[in-house]
Amino acid sequence: MQNMKDTKEILGVIEGDARLSAEQIAVMLGKETGDVRAILEKCENDGVILGYHTLVDWDKTDREYVTAFIEVKITPQRDRGFDKIAERIYRYPEVKSLYLMSGGYDLACIIEGRTMKEVAYFVAQKLAPLEDVIATATHFVLRKYKSDGVVFGAVEEDARGNDFI
Amino acid sequence: MRPYRDLLSRTVTALEPSGIRKYFDLLDSMDDVISLTVGQPDFITPWHIRVAGIESLEDGKTYYTSNSGLLRLRESIARYLHRRFGLTYEPDGEITVTVGGSEAIDAAVRAVCNPGDEVIIPVPCFVCYEPIVRMAGGVPVLLETKAEDDFRLTAEALRAAITDKTKLLILPFPNNPTGATLDEHDLCEIADVLRPTDILVLSDEIYAELTYGRRHVSIASVEGMRERTILASGFSKAYAMTGWRLGYVCAPKEISAQIFKIHQYSIMCAPTTSQYAAIEALEAGDADIEMMRSEYDRRRRYIVDGLESIGLHTFMPGGAFYAWANVGGFGMSCERFCERLLYEAHVAVVPGTAFGACGEGFARISYAYSVSHIDRALKRIGEFIGTL
Repeated sequence: MQNMKDTKEILGVIEGDARLSAEQIAVMLGKETGDVRAILEKCENDGVILGYHTLVDWDKTDREYVTAFIEVKITPQRDRGFDKIAERIYRYPEVKSLYLMSGGYDLACIIEGRTMKEVAYFVAQKLAPLEDVIATATHFVLRKYKSDGVVFGAVEEDARGNDFI
Repeated sequence: MRPYRDLLSRTVTALEPSGIRKYFDLLDSMDDVISLTVGQPDFITPWHIRVAGIESLEDGKTYYTSNSGLLRLRESIARYLHRRFGLTYEPDGEITVTVGGSEAIDAAVRAVCNPGDEVIIPVPCFVCYEPIVRMAGGVPVLLETKAEDDFRLTAEALRAAITDKTKLLILPFPNNPTGATLDEHDLCEIADVLRPTDILVLSDEIYAELTYGRRHVSIASVEGMRERTILASGFSKAYAMTGWRLGYVCAPKEISAQIFKIHQYSIMCAPTTSQYAAIEALEAGDADIEMMRSEYDRRRRYIVDGLESIGLHTFMPGGAFYAWANVGGFGMSCERFCERLLYEAHVAVVPGTAFGACGEGFARISYAYSVSHIDRALKRIGEFIGTL
């Protein structure tokens, strides 16, 4: 149980800043570096930690890209449910995220392309023709305000003065 | 007209302006400084608390509240103090909502001090106690806490400082600047010294929510102490609400009645918007406290480890968000050390003497900053120390 508690604590820290080293995490949590390293390795091997990503605000670069959120209605397959068709969709590298949803549609698919045309092509040529897909509704993202818990936009400056009292 | 010095209050003109003027003038004149000086959270007030303030304005809650504060807020404070620290205060008659913890301290000292009364102040400490006591006509008796006692106030030292003029003990724990805390055992020993006397206690518990690894215990919860304790606290540190200026002071009815008069005549009431926000903080802010506390806790370990590894022996703080680092081993005063650190490495920390003469040899290094900010500062401090 202690191990699970430690693991959750370490994951909580590294989820917020993937660049922290095992040494730094160990100091912050008052643990042994070796133990932290072992737990991180186990998490990587067990697929608990799936990657270490950088959150980029591409709008601040000149990279052209467009993000779309697509509602997908599908017919579930006998025995396989939604899984098989979901796999057919998420195998495409354009698909950034795919969720099975409750409510008015079945799959929420987030895809990224260079242009609207490219996204439209993906929906029309790859997604919609799939046998079990009944309907799609494509929504283009106009502006990203917040993603993965981080607010996009101006960097907030430290507005505190030097007064030490 | 005669010179101003002959026209103004002798008590006030005799007070030293706070802080170390020369140092902070230098700091203000410099660019590209990594500062570790501030005494307030880097977190912004949690959004749901800000919304409560905004909504109160939308609803037109722009009038004075009752002098002692909104009853709903006082009820929330009473429930909170009971839930967190096992304390029992009557919302009606024992709790006054103040403009920050500072007003709570000022009103409490003024309510109990007669001219010539001695007030024991453990030092190093928050810079406001001594001037407040002087302005109230009291006589500050500074009682130095020692590194070998982990900067705690000991019963022996307290006993030795008591005279027949002692009126009040100010008990500032968790402590700014040392980060020292008192546990239940320490408090019981202090209580044993005080119980046979008529000495009152002003317990400044503004950092009560920021203790690490051990829950804060209030001296008011120790047997026989409630009747002689004035508890001052507030929202600034626990909920990152410094700019809202909101605190409270709790004491038995007879003491509260006097504090109330000072507050009523000098302040009227604490800011109304802040009071509405504070209700939200108390009723739904536990998770925010938890999040901030665990963040400070990590930084605490991180900065102490970092300072130790570059050769600055640092007391492991049990509370607040300051590291009290020993900078006395370089053959210069702490103020000189801090000046050179600022001038040569562009890192600002507060010289220990800003918190009393006994702070010589130390610097207060705030960790109310992000880890990456702390990292950059530590690197520069390390390089600076390498040149000494």
